[in-house]
Amino acid sequence: MAYSNKVIDHYEQPRNVGSFGTSKEVAARKDIGVGIVGAPECGDVMQLQIRVSDAGVIEDAKFKCFGCGSAIASSSLATEWIKGKKVDEALAIRNTQIVEELSLPPVKIHCSVLAEDSIRSAIEDWKRKSGAAGAPAATPSATASVH
Amino acid sequence: MQLTRQIYLDNAATTPCDPRVVEAMLPYFTEKFGNAGSRNHRFGWDAEDAIELAREQAAQVIGANAKEVIFTSGSTESNNLAIKGAAEMYARAPKGQTGRGHIVTVAHEHKAVLDPVRRLMREGFDATFITPPPDGVITVDHVREALRPNTILVSVMWANNELGTINEVPQIGRLCHEREIIFHTDATQWVGKMPTAVETDCIDLLSWSGHKIYGPKGVGALYVRRRKPRVRLESLVDGGGQERGMRSGTQNVTGIVGFGKACEIGLAEMEKDRAHLQPLRDRLERELCARLEVCQVNGHLTKRLPNISNISFGFVEGESLMMGVRDIACSSGSACTSASLEPSYVLKSLGIGDDLAHSSLRLSFGRWTTSADVEAAIGLIERAVNHLRSMSPLFDLHKEGIDLSKIVWQSH
Repeated sequence: MAYSNKVIDHYEQPRNVGSFGTSKEVAARKDIGVGIVGAPECGDVMQLQIRVSDAGVIEDAKFKCFGCGSAIASSSLATEWIKGKKVDEALAIRNTQIVEELSLPPVKIHCSVLAEDSIRSAIEDWKRKSGAAGAPAATPSATASVH
Repeated sequence: MQLTRQIYLDNAATTPCDPRVVEAMLPYFTEKFGNAGSRNHRFGWDAEDAIELAREQAAQVIGANAKEVIFTSGSTESNNLAIKGAAEMYARAPKGQTGRGHIVTVAHEHKAVLDPVRRLMREGFDATFITPPPDGVITVDHVREALRPNTILVSVMWANNELGTINEVPQIGRLCHEREIIFHTDATQWVGKMPTAVETDCIDLLSWSGHKIYGPKGVGALYVRRRKPRVRLESLVDGGGQERGMRSGTQNVTGIVGFGKACEIGLAEMEKDRAHLQPLRDRLERELCARLEVCQVNGHLTKRLPNISNISFGFVEGESLMMGVRDIACSSGSACTSASLEPSYVLKSLGIGDDLAHSSLRLSFGRWTTSADVEAAIGLIERAVNHLRSMSPLFDLHKEGIDLSKIVWQSH
């Protein structure tokens, strides 16, 4: 499969890889939202963590990704795009923009969908934890839970 | 993409032609271009002589008589001819009826065996697909348990193409002969690399291919036993009656000449090749398992060909791993270039979890693989796995001591 140069660049030099601590540590922090989407048996797991200010601005974002090059590039790009944005602006990002930016082929569109879902899921998690206005009820649908 | 020298570690997919093979073939493209079916002039006689020499060379590498070798276009055709041809010939009921006979094969066979069997199931035959054990080795007991009173055909590959694991073919052959059941083996990965004696190994039908043994593509052979028992097949291709009527069509003289030469070299240099291959393979596995944690060699560790290694690396995804090792030409355990992201059915049939099946590489070594190639490959794989693990959320969870199998994932 031929990858676009942008995908290769994100794969080789991923932006904002990492996390704000162990899963227990980040779970205890109200300023951090975590989104984990996908499943190992599907070949993709994306984890997006955002640190949000009281004013609702995403000050920092970190990702980890188990997935193909396109999935890595999509999540890496997502962190670049949401940093510095207000949560509502970040929620407006659509997967089609990611597809276009990375020149993803049709079989890789699901990677961009996953990236969009991870943004939404991280923001929902932050809203739930911080008690921000308009926070929806807990939506475990997009968050993996340890049993 | 930049062009760098690729390290070729995909010899189980195909091999380069041995220059001695190419040299033997060349005259048959030009001055000796005759049709082996032309019985009344020198051009035809030359072609026929060349084919009969190749038939002798092919027979010797498997311990057969030359009259028992049928040339085909490769293992896929040989498997189709063996399975469909034998099933139709030994069917217990005529076409259009059910209950025509029972066939035994294995879930981790090549598609060129599984799909002909599946077609026969639509045409009135019954089949059992043996589930392999975790080490991948099919024993005579597995086959014995699968047999039924109306079993007419057993097809078990000699060595598995993804794992290199070796099945108990001679023992299975003996069992089939005791029960008077036709026994076919797809020996594509085996012949030319390992000693083969169809007579004492009780094999009735054996498929193999030229391009896996440093011969040309598009040519292979099927061994068809002629005595004790005399095996008969219904042909798939009808016409001029070439190849004892079992495979009509003008013979691929150049290909057959190359195939014969490749068999001859394979037989003569078998020990030399093995002494070259096994240390390379062992070194690669030893080094990678020493340098990387959660690194697993798939399939039985000793009942295995000397040239194939199938390794899974936990917590990394197969396609990104392939991307990281793109200077190595090898195969991935997951067929993820297709629209559906499916891990290898061979690894899944062994009960290997989807996560490890996704993140496996098949590395296969050949006559011209050097220790410098292996050294470079070890370094590239180590780097890629570490790079991907630094990004992997699953590796973090593993490091935190969380059992991934206990997590309920919300898949899409």
